[in-house]
Amino acid sequence: MTDLLFARAQMGLSLAFHIVFAAAGVALPVLMVLSDLKARRTQDADYRLLSQKLAKGTAILFAVGAVSGTALSFELGLLWPEFMGRYGAVIGLPFSLEGVAFFTEAIFLGIYLYGRERVSPGLHLFSGIMVAVSGASSAFFVTLVNVFMNDPTGFTHTAAGPVDIQPVVAMFSPGWQYETVHVIVSCYQASAFAMAGLHAFILLRHPGAAFHRKALSVALPLACVTALLQPLVGDLSAKHVARAQPVKLAAMEGQFETEVGAPLRLGGLPDVKSGTVRGAVDIPKGLSVLAFGDPNAEVRGLNEFPRDEWPPVAKVHVAFQVMVGTGSVMALLALVTLVHRWRKKAWPHAGALLRAWLWAGPLGLVALEAGWLVTEWGRQPWILRGVMRTSDAVTPVPHLSAPFFTFTLVYLFLGVTVLFVLSRQVAGTLPGQRDAHVH
Amino acid sequence: MSTEALLGFAVAGTFVLYALFGGADFGGGVWDLLAFGPRKAEQRALIAQAMGPIWEVNHVWLIVGLVLLFSGFPRAFAALSVALHVPLTLLLLGIVFRGTAFTFRTYDTRGDLVERRWGVVFSVASLVAPLLLGMCVGAVASGDIRMEGHVVVSGFFAPWTRPFPIAVGLLALGLFAFLAAVYLTHEAGSPELREDFRRRALVTGAGVFVLAATVLVLTRDGAPRVWAGLLHSPFALALHAATAVAAVTAFALLGLRHFRAARVAAAFQVGLIVLGWAASQHPYLVEPDLTLQNSAAAPEVQRLLIVALCVGVAVVVPSLVFFFRVFRPRPPGATPPAHA
Repeated sequence: MTDLLFARAQMGLSLAFHIVFAAAGVALPVLMVLSDLKARRTQDADYRLLSQKLAKGTAILFAVGAVSGTALSFELGLLWPEFMGRYGAVIGLPFSLEGVAFFTEAIFLGIYLYGRERVSPGLHLFSGIMVAVSGASSAFFVTLVNVFMNDPTGFTHTAAGPVDIQPVVAMFSPGWQYETVHVIVSCYQASAFAMAGLHAFILLRHPGAAFHRKALSVALPLACVTALLQPLVGDLSAKHVARAQPVKLAAMEGQFETEVGAPLRLGGLPDVKSGTVRGAVDIPKGLSVLAFGDPNAEVRGLNEFPRDEWPPVAKVHVAFQVMVGTGSVMALLALVTLVHRWRKKAWPHAGALLRAWLWAGPLGLVALEAGWLVTEWGRQPWILRGVMRTSDAVTPVPHLSAPFFTFTLVYLFLGVTVLFVLSRQVAGTLPGQRDAHVH
Repeated sequence: MSTEALLGFAVAGTFVLYALFGGADFGGGVWDLLAFGPRKAEQRALIAQAMGPIWEVNHVWLIVGLVLLFSGFPRAFAALSVALHVPLTLLLLGIVFRGTAFTFRTYDTRGDLVERRWGVVFSVASLVAPLLLGMCVGAVASGDIRMEGHVVVSGFFAPWTRPFPIAVGLLALGLFAFLAAVYLTHEAGSPELREDFRRRALVTGAGVFVLAATVLVLTRDGAPRVWAGLLHSPFALALHAATAVAAVTAFALLGLRHFRAARVAAAFQVGLIVLGWAASQHPYLVEPDLTLQNSAAAPEVQRLLIVALCVGVAVVVPSLVFFFRVFRPRPPGATPPAHA
């Protein structure tokens, strides 16, 4: 492996790790506030305990997110100094505003976690809401940076670097409204599915556990709403990619030749040598309809673009299939669950539907990671699409395998540890072991 | 004041605040490692209680400083990231382990071996991180980071492994430990615990004097520009004089058991040291190649950053004021907070 590949692997690993905790930091405060509100309305001790457990979970995951996020902000310079040296000024604004949101999230999370007995109930709830709002804001601002990297605007490109910089224009590069909503919804969806899966798991083993039924009733509405909303948002996002980043769309869909009335290829493995997708199920004219809303629309193929500007087609296509596939399964499950809720006037708490929620638990996170891989791999070979290649941005520091393997081990260790600590938290809520001691 | 000087001042300001708040948290970790005597457990509990709600907030100052640096002075950020790649990566490991270990220990309280091991990871990382942070600062102040065009030519190890940066690393560690001990005297819930940390503050304070003197001696060869500033710049000289006054005052107030006031004096002492470093290398960010002026972003970018800074201050300062009101230390004998 070359140093460039090690640098990309380290950045990718750091982001893949951080994104899980960042999503939890965005979504768990919302679930925690929702349980808090239910506890206030019903005076039910279970909801109160749930909100306290979720607060603990938020504290643990937010802390890991905070330090892995710090690592990322350093790694921008440690791995991509040429990119930051030239374009740091252009993207500083959203990063600065993300810093403000990070500040308020940390401040109000401190108050929410440790100030329960020190502030009035109203102020305590207000702090929880501030945590949730700050979390969503920081996701919004940091996604704007990614939008800029996908479709950089707000400056004039010269050989010596950017001139005529307009940071506000750069901050709202084309497509910002789709990608930011797509990301924020995915944070809620991934976390709500993971939480639902966890409580489904416990309910299947301990069918009578009232606490976990209530927990499920907090997670399921958010999971169902986001799972049904996400395909719509994703569709808008993909339509934008089709217009603005045709190479990425072509890689996502395995579209090698420009085609009128292009089919939608489900699954399959693109083969770059032969320019075909093997093993895919074709839906005639499907891609033209989905991407441009017209069965006879022309979809531009990869062959229209220079070979050295192609992203890794197979990886992008497979990651995209995984995201869309898991997203569809989650939307279907949400639909079935909502019908069940409407007919039985209750959320599922046993049987096949509950087992389905158990198996669907990790799908939100899988879709989140896959979607992020689509956008990152799909932008290659550029770090800043059309402006700066990733290979021109990398640090001259040698032996990048050393930090890569170090961070790999550290993040593996931390990932396992978080699972261990969280499972010890959950164990305290099992029937017969109710852990009355709350933080 | 030009906008780049204003932004440079803002970067220095965030470093001061990081030292005063984040630095004290690292110092807390050091005292966790060095906890001893009959009140060993109480000492650790006090440190955990003082850090619990706030360490993440204190940590954000570092991020803000970093973001202001790369947005306002991108070339300097790029050069420092290359030249200090190795110590910054090690610093990151320290930051990651300090924060996660502290959190795991806080939320996984079983009183078992696992909890104690997290305590060790937390406190060792708290010791290593300030050392590396100080070494990076020392390397920047030394003027040994050299560039040709955009390329760093001074190597990846030499600038931060000389005696001067190592001495600065030790000084940073000593200062943070001193600061934490002084803060903890004010936050302690019992007179005995208070005395524990008062003794620690006095001993570390004396150690800091020795370390500061060592750094001063090494400055002559190790950081010629800082040395020249000491001799010729009346402003830098005044700052250093004020630092000395604050240090002596902090010591005297600790001796007289005026803990609240001692805390303010110690904070002034540390803040002035950081400002003194910034003033003595003004206008250089990476001497002698990058200055505030030649590495600054375009003027319109700077103006917008200052607007963002104002927005940030308007949002963060009231929130912080609210936070500190909620977590005011309670006098000894008051009802302990429910979370303890």
